Amino acid sequence: MTSQASVSTVEVAEEPIVKRLGFWQKALAHRTFVFSGIILLAITLVAIFAPLIAPFDPYFQDIASRLKPPFWHDTTVAEHLLGTDQLGRDYLSRLIYGARISMAIAVAATLMSAIIGITLGLVAGYFGGWIDTAISTVITTRLSMPIILIALAVVAIVGPSLTVVIVVLGLLLWDQFAVVTRVATQQVCARDYVTAARVLGSSLPHILFKEILPNIRAPLMVVATVEMAQAVLLEAALSFLGLGVQAPLPSWGLMLSEAKTSMFFSPWLIVLPGSCLFVLALAINLMGDAMRDLTAGGRG
Amino acid sequence: MLTYLVRRATMAVVVMMIVSVICFVLSNVAYDPAVGIAGAQATDEDVALIRKTYGFDRPLVVRFVEYLDNIATGDLGTSYLSKRPVIEMILERLPVTALLAVLSMALALLIALPLGSAAALWPNTIIDRFVQLLAVAGQAIPNFWAGLLLIVVFGVQLRWLPISGSTTYAHFVMPAITLGTFAMPPLMRLVRAGMIEVLASDYIRTARAMGIRPFQLTFKYALKNAVLPVISLSAVQLGFMLGGSIVVESIFALNGVGYLAWQSMTRSDMPVIQAIVLMISMIYIVLTLLADLLNAYMDPRLRGSRK
Repeated sequence: MTSQASVSTVEVAEEPIVKRLGFWQKALAHRTFVFSGIILLAITLVAIFAPLIAPFDPYFQDIASRLKPPFWHDTTVAEHLLGTDQLGRDYLSRLIYGARISMAIAVAATLMSAIIGITLGLVAGYFGGWIDTAISTVITTRLSMPIILIALAVVAIVGPSLTVVIVVLGLLLWDQFAVVTRVATQQVCARDYVTAARVLGSSLPHILFKEILPNIRAPLMVVATVEMAQAVLLEAALSFLGLGVQAPLPSWGLMLSEAKTSMFFSPWLIVLPGSCLFVLALAINLMGDAMRDLTAGGRG
Repeated sequence: MLTYLVRRATMAVVVMMIVSVICFVLSNVAYDPAVGIAGAQATDEDVALIRKTYGFDRPLVVRFVEYLDNIATGDLGTSYLSKRPVIEMILERLPVTALLAVLSMALALLIALPLGSAAALWPNTIIDRFVQLLAVAGQAIPNFWAGLLLIVVFGVQLRWLPISGSTTYAHFVMPAITLGTFAMPPLMRLVRAGMIEVLASDYIRTARAMGIRPFQLTFKYALKNAVLPVISLSAVQLGFMLGGSIVVESIFALNGVGYLAWQSMTRSDMPVIQAIVLMISMIYIVLTLLADLLNAYMDPRLRGSRK
């Protein structure tokens, strides 16, 4: 409850324009930012250009060449670089297409939860009073229900599919957006430019989205990275448990689930997709840390 | 203090009410209980008959009041599959999940407290870097994958530990490591941040000036205050673990509430799913309430500023 929502202050940019000019210069000198940025860029490109990069059709089954080991186990088989899975599908191609699913879910679910959370937070922080109390109650309720459990229960009722996973995660991951936006809005509301806009008779959407939102962008970017990483890992967990993305789609979580039965003899089948998930989540988290660093005005 | 207590408890009660509405909607509106009881092969007539005999044709409000009444008397419904009272099924598995959660929490704290403190004592050194790296990595590692790797290495290759079941304490080692890794990073970050803040405070500087030995200074004077927020986060994390246990328990076939939840989900046993969601949320609400009250009791400054 408050223990979770206990963000009392949030770093809010004082002079947004000046800050932004310096941002890229500082960012490119920041090692963590560059490192995680390169990884994320690479994964994004792989996801977008998957059909061009993948050496095989990720759905093509070749029962004759099942469970072929990757190149470091057997140098003679050069055809399948990372081996094949239990249905004889090229593992490298499936991993490449898997990036698409993870990235699509990360972006779509985070976008959806950002819209929900930021709107709730702006309204609660701007109006205060009973509206704030009502929205805070909603936030607290959301925080008191474990995401993975609710997501699984809803998917079990509605039936699993890629769209369902995106919508369910989008509807569940908004809490931190709301918490941070609410506090940041409260802080920004007292500033002169908000009062000025109000006195000038600007419309409510204008004040909320044109005056307040741009000034609380920095902490929200950090929240976005946290939620993206969460979305990636949750999708993988749901798919792993059989209540997420469905076969034959090449989701990394689903690949882990399918490999469970042959993992004792072909351990690379679980090492590879898991490493992909780990690297993606790690890069997103590091990017978040770097942005927290860069936008906090030098203070770590 | 009293106003804070009342406000905080009221909030908890309101949230409990909303959670029970959500659980009711999940199991009675989003899902047709008559179809659930009738099973897969039932005809439309069967379903209609069941709907009438069980009273599912009555208005939702009436059914919701009945639902609340049942919860209040400890009746969480009957499983569609085993035909047993759900509360019984949950209660007999709760000790396993509770043991797993406590062991994981202990493990997480055992790593987070010393390493977090060390990072704070020597900030920006190699130790600090290592701790930060550990926290970032721990956060990014999918916990079910960590579980699978542990099974392959320690269960199959080395044959040190059993890989499934919950009969001995050895069965809890790998699940506790898996779940502990998941809970550790936020705790470690909080210990580090709290220690850095406390170490920079005036009373520590005074104590240091008075010649108190560094060891005593760190563990007796600083840690005590830095640990305050860690307590409330621990309660929150304990609640998360009840949810996270579903993944870990299903990997290691640990027969706890999480495993029951997963089995019920794959078989659409709605009363069980609904009851577990309700129960875990309630436990979580109580845990966070206790954490906040404890926090307020120990730190009077928090009473006024927080809601």
